[in-house]
Amino acid sequence: MGDPQTCIRGSETVELLNDRQAINELIERILALAITTGLKDAAIFAVRLAIEEAITNAFVHGHQNLPGDVPVLVEFKVSQGEIQIAIEDRGPGFTPDTLPDPTLIENLSKPFGRGVMLMKAYMTEVLYNPQGNRVKMRYITP
Amino acid sequence: MSESRLRVSKIDDITQIEFIDRNILDEANIQAISDEISGIIEQASNPHLLINFANVDHLSSAALGALITINNKANEKSGKLRLANIDPQIYEVFVITRLNKLFSIHETLNDAMEHFNKATS
Repeated sequence: MGDPQTCIRGSETVELLNDRQAINELIERILALAITTGLKDAAIFAVRLAIEEAITNAFVHGHQNLPGDVPVLVEFKVSQGEIQIAIEDRGPGFTPDTLPDPTLIENLSKPFGRGVMLMKAYMTEVLYNPQGNRVKMRYITP
Repeated sequence: MSESRLRVSKIDDITQIEFIDRNILDEANIQAISDEISGIIEQASNPHLLINFANVDHLSSAALGALITINNKANEKSGKLRLANIDPQIYEVFVITRLNKLFSIHETLNDAMEHFNKATS
């Protein structure tokens, strides 16, 4: 089943609609689990930001040509010292390696293109499946 | 018309803007904020804006994008945007994205106001 690199064994799976309240509730649920494993403030900030960016990318870019009621798939698993989250959209996918570097001087005043770099900056590992419609992020407590 | 997500006040010719929300993450809210501030810029001939981040705990790259658009619009009208009171965790987001090089960021409102006054004196 699926791509082995971005698969999370034993994860909980949720179908998430593009609804702010549902998104907030899911993120709070994941973070509450993370806090019970001892994740601290700075780490919570990092994980929240990365999940937000990944979900936004899934709906805004992945689902831009799909009806608004198509859900994305969110899988997560929280264990001692580690959080794994995968977000899969039903769009055509993209090639993350071809994204321009938003920190280059010529790109600094462009108002887009920072989501993936923030995910990579804040998470321990960010992997995409070959199609580019599923991302798996891992945060390991330092 | 939806409820404003901002508190706006004017001191001399400087418009101070404070976010009401602690989290600036929601696409719809970000668009509303961007539109409201863009309206303020359009009405001014030489817009001087100071955005106070005192209440803000979280923001997303979409919020950064909105701030860049606002900065670009202020610059186009020979105005100036300054940001102040940014929480250290959020400031780190500006550093990671190197947007601390694009924006004029000040520790306090007073410091930002002083820089406006120096620039106009």
